[in-house]
Amino acid sequence: MPSDKKDFKKVAYYPGCALEGTAHAYDRSTRAVGNALGLELEEVKNWNCCGAMEVKNIDPKIQTYLSSRVMSIAANEMGHDVVMAPCNGCYHNLKKAEFDLQNDAESRSVVERISTKAGHDTYQAGQVETIHALDWIKDEIGEEGLRERTKDALKGLKVANYYGCMYTRPRHIFPEKDQGEGSESSSQPHFMDDLLAAAGAENVDFPLKTACCGGAHTLSDSDTSTLLVTNILKAAEASGAEVIATECPTCHSGLEMHQIRAEKTLGYKSSVKIVYFTQLLGLALGLDEKTVGLHENISDSTGLLREKGIA
Amino acid sequence: MPIHEEHLIRPENLSTHDDLIIDGIDVSGHWSTFIESRVVTDYNEAIEEEISNLPGGEFIHRCWQCGSCTNSCTVNAVNPEFNPRYWIYLIRMGMESELLRDKDIIWQCVSCNKCTYACPRDVFPEGVMKATAHWLELKGHTPKSPSTIFDEIFTGQVVETGKIEEGRILRSFFKRTGQSLMQDWVITMVQRMIARLPVKMLFALGWGGVFKPRTSQWARARSAINEYIVEKEEDHRQALGLDDLVDLAKQELSPGETRPAD
Ligand code: SF4
Ligand code: SF4
Ligand code: SF4
Ligand code: SF4
Repeated sequence: MPSDKKDFKKVAYYPGCALEGTAHAYDRSTRAVGNALGLELEEVKNWNCCGAMEVKNIDPKIQTYLSSRVMSIAANEMGHDVVMAPCNGCYHNLKKAEFDLQNDAESRSVVERISTKAGHDTYQAGQVETIHALDWIKDEIGEEGLRERTKDALKGLKVANYYGCMYTRPRHIFPEKDQGEGSESSSQPHFMDDLLAAAGAENVDFPLKTACCGGAHTLSDSDTSTLLVTNILKAAEASGAEVIATECPTCHSGLEMHQIRAEKTLGYKSSVKIVYFTQLLGLALGLDEKTVGLHENISDSTGLLREKGIA
Repeated sequence: MPIHEEHLIRPENLSTHDDLIIDGIDVSGHWSTFIESRVVTDYNEAIEEEISNLPGGEFIHRCWQCGSCTNSCTVNAVNPEFNPRYWIYLIRMGMESELLRDKDIIWQCVSCNKCTYACPRDVFPEGVMKATAHWLELKGHTPKSPSTIFDEIFTGQVVETGKIEEGRILRSFFKRTGQSLMQDWVITMVQRMIARLPVKMLFALGWGGVFKPRTSQWARARSAINEYIVEKEEDHRQALGLDDLVDLAKQELSPGETRPAD
């Protein structure tokens, strides 16, 4: 359903819970990059959690309601028609809610009922378009725009781009993907690769771009998660990457956490660093390492990035 | 039901005899291992409907057993016993006892949706895995999995406050699953965080329990959601036939007889 092209210059920004907590660096760097690129973010007022996978598991319709409330505020209280979410989970859930509200009458009636009782306007499918931080920059600034502004600043940095699962799967909630030229691919996503390459980075051939890190059971079945993360780290190192670029707080903290756990429980030590793509773009745009929150990552990439003359 | 018996070679179905002579021929020892046939007769044909009435299980009837889900499955790659296609088959055949053999690993689905991506029939196997894990718990076949406990803590917090606080979730989860926060890797992780993060941020993460993220004026949304949850649980009980069980138990009492006091 390619809707008429909306303007991404000024968007409603939905940071989500993780960006308020462990992924503070992602929040910081996303805002800083937007600022540096002249894009405007207006945070969704009094937002709530989108419901994530956990609420969906208990009851998918409650998750649909939670996500719909965020979109309702953006549309009805703030007058936006685009919501930008940097978290794969939030992005995914808002998209899923959109799909369900468009296609399932029961979801519509549950959402209507809870919204009315909760005392706010019911979100109507189609009121906003939800985009990821990647869409936002790719679309509004583009590779050409980044090239001009960054002048190959990331030159010499070998990057494995990791997108995780929620950015592309399940396919049906992302009708704008796989639409040919210029659109994102659900099997071989490339928006992050494109942006970082435009800033001069050398993207390695990384086969596990959309592999799962086991984030769903990061605590409840830690051994499986550690195994899955270990596979990802090994593949990244084997492909020659110095850093893994991430575009989701959960993927990012999953990699950081299980990198440590793999060291402690499997004796597997890896040196690849884990960095948000917005941190890399921010540095490439001349922001300093504090501004993009490099010191807030558990995986310490400062040394490497300084050595390369990037930070 | 087209299939009425199934033979599966399993270690417990293999037998060797130390001293066995059949028709004058000595068939003792490993060279003559017997495979005992196993006949399944105890079908529970209600399972498919029960699971399809739970969220995620709706489209199980579409499965044509191509195996793409198992082939693409993240967990199958690290544990070959994890086999969504096979479980869907068992559910549709009503082979309950066979399904129960794997009851302790079904919840381990990581919801990566690789199966959903691969499935040619839009079965949404990820949803079926969730519904099945849920069914196992509702029927009392398994205790609540750590994953369900996590989901409950998480959902509880969202419904309560509108937002989640990661540190608090972590602490509650470790407490409810009886794990120590003082595990080697947790300590190392926190140490690395402390080494690099400003103290203010650590408090913000909920380690100090000072920062409490909340959505304001959430009370009305909370009560609307809670009301919905109460009704929904009743639906689930009906879907599983649990209400009927209660009714049956009541009917067993003869007229006029009163229930023993608690
Ligand atoms: S997906 Fe995660 S970060 Fe996003 S709102 Fe939900 S819990 Fe928060
Ligand atoms: S955190 Fe892991 S499980 Fe979740 S989307 Fe990212 S890769 Fe997938
Ligand atoms: S991929 Fe779909 S159709 Fe094929 S076995 Fe799995 S659930 Fe059935
Ligand atoms: S969602 Fe579950 S069943 Fe499907 S591929 Fe992932 S782990 Fe396997």
